[in-house]
Amino acid sequence: MATPVKVYGPPLSTAVCRVVACLLEKDVEFQLISLNMAKGDHKKPDFLKIQPFGQVPAFQDEKISLLESRAICRYVCENYPEKGNKGLFGTNPLAKASIDQWLEAEGQSFNPPSSALVFQLALAPRMNIKQDEGVIKQNEEKLAKVLDVYEKRLGESRFLAGDEFSLADLSHLPNAHYLVNATDRGEILTSRDNVGRWWGEISNRDSWKKVVDMQKQQHSP
Amino acid sequence: MVVKVYGPAYASPKRVIVCLIEKQIEFETAPVDLIKGEHRNPEYLKLQPFGALPVIQDGDFTLYESRAIIRYYAEKYRSQGTELLGKTIEERGLVEQWLEVEAHNYHPPIYEMTVQLLFASKLGLSVDEKLVKKSEEKLGKVLDVYEERLSKSNYLAGDFFSLADLSHLPFTQYLVGPMEKEYMIRDRKHVSAWWDDISNRPSWKKVLELY
Repeated sequence: MATPVKVYGPPLSTAVCRVVACLLEKDVEFQLISLNMAKGDHKKPDFLKIQPFGQVPAFQDEKISLLESRAICRYVCENYPEKGNKGLFGTNPLAKASIDQWLEAEGQSFNPPSSALVFQLALAPRMNIKQDEGVIKQNEEKLAKVLDVYEKRLGESRFLAGDEFSLADLSHLPNAHYLVNATDRGEILTSRDNVGRWWGEISNRDSWKKVVDMQKQQHSP
Repeated sequence: MVVKVYGPAYASPKRVIVCLIEKQIEFETAPVDLIKGEHRNPEYLKLQPFGALPVIQDGDFTLYESRAIIRYYAEKYRSQGTELLGKTIEERGLVEQWLEVEAHNYHPPIYEMTVQLLFASKLGLSVDEKLVKKSEEKLGKVLDVYEERLSKSNYLAGDFFSLADLSHLPFTQYLVGPMEKEYMIRDRKHVSAWWDDISNRPSWKKVLELY
């Protein structure tokens, strides 16, 4: 029986993985419909109808069509409150506010420099694009400053938003995974005591291990 | 107990203030001078460790990131003021979608333009014209998608005003005002009508009057 929940995009995409990790945490069955971005699948008219910015992922269930990975994750948590990890988005308003705060911090402060580094260090060489040392240095400095804040926070709290694993921690998994496993700059995370400890915990979750397996089954783009 | 919002002179805190006004929530403000570097003071960093604006204090509760703050208050005060989250889970999903589009597609280029065109000279830096041009092109492409969307619905998430539209107010006000790029809005018929609608809301007019 085919599930109505569909995620569109390649499993190697960080944003697609963010959604997949969330669906796995929430125990929600889904179908991953891969796209070949090297062939421009994401810019074709049929796809642009559901994702007009030509980005991945796109998401559909029987009620709705959505874009933006963090919006999809929030929707999944709200639509399936009783499934899987019930505390993923907090079980009271103050917990949820703290999770939203760190989800925003991820989106606004962690994501831009870490994405730039992942692109420059892991993807550009594979795509035969010349690396930009200036961009690398600039983003390393930016990311270091952000991780200094995280280091302090994670010395006071087991996870970012509190003592329970949440959507805020999950949202960091895709970029952090690439930094640690696909570049030689992983120690930016692992050399910091508290960030390193946190990374060890969150990357060992069953849901994330399943995502990594799924990625390994894919050939390179 | 009154909500205290830091940094009302700047754009992101105004995102919070306009939401509080829409939800009829009492608040007060505390100034933070970015040019003087007050966001780097130890007392401020205790509240907002990234040194960014805004942060709110609500009794013992502290919260930062404007889009997290507006979600919290829109939900907490669901039963008063304007409904900003849609009425159903699906409508909420669309509000979240367009709030994320604003955060990740609209905000980065318009923020670059703001820094370059409105703040660089105040900070003693020269304007990076190439970056401004690149950002304007990026923003134009995003506005083209908005134009298509707004030809099908009155507001971004549907036929109801929401946090998603509200989130665009502060920086778009910079765009049409001091940045002198109103043409980017006016050249697009549906974006133009949407902008007129949302920027003429009494709440936004109040923000501009006060700060």
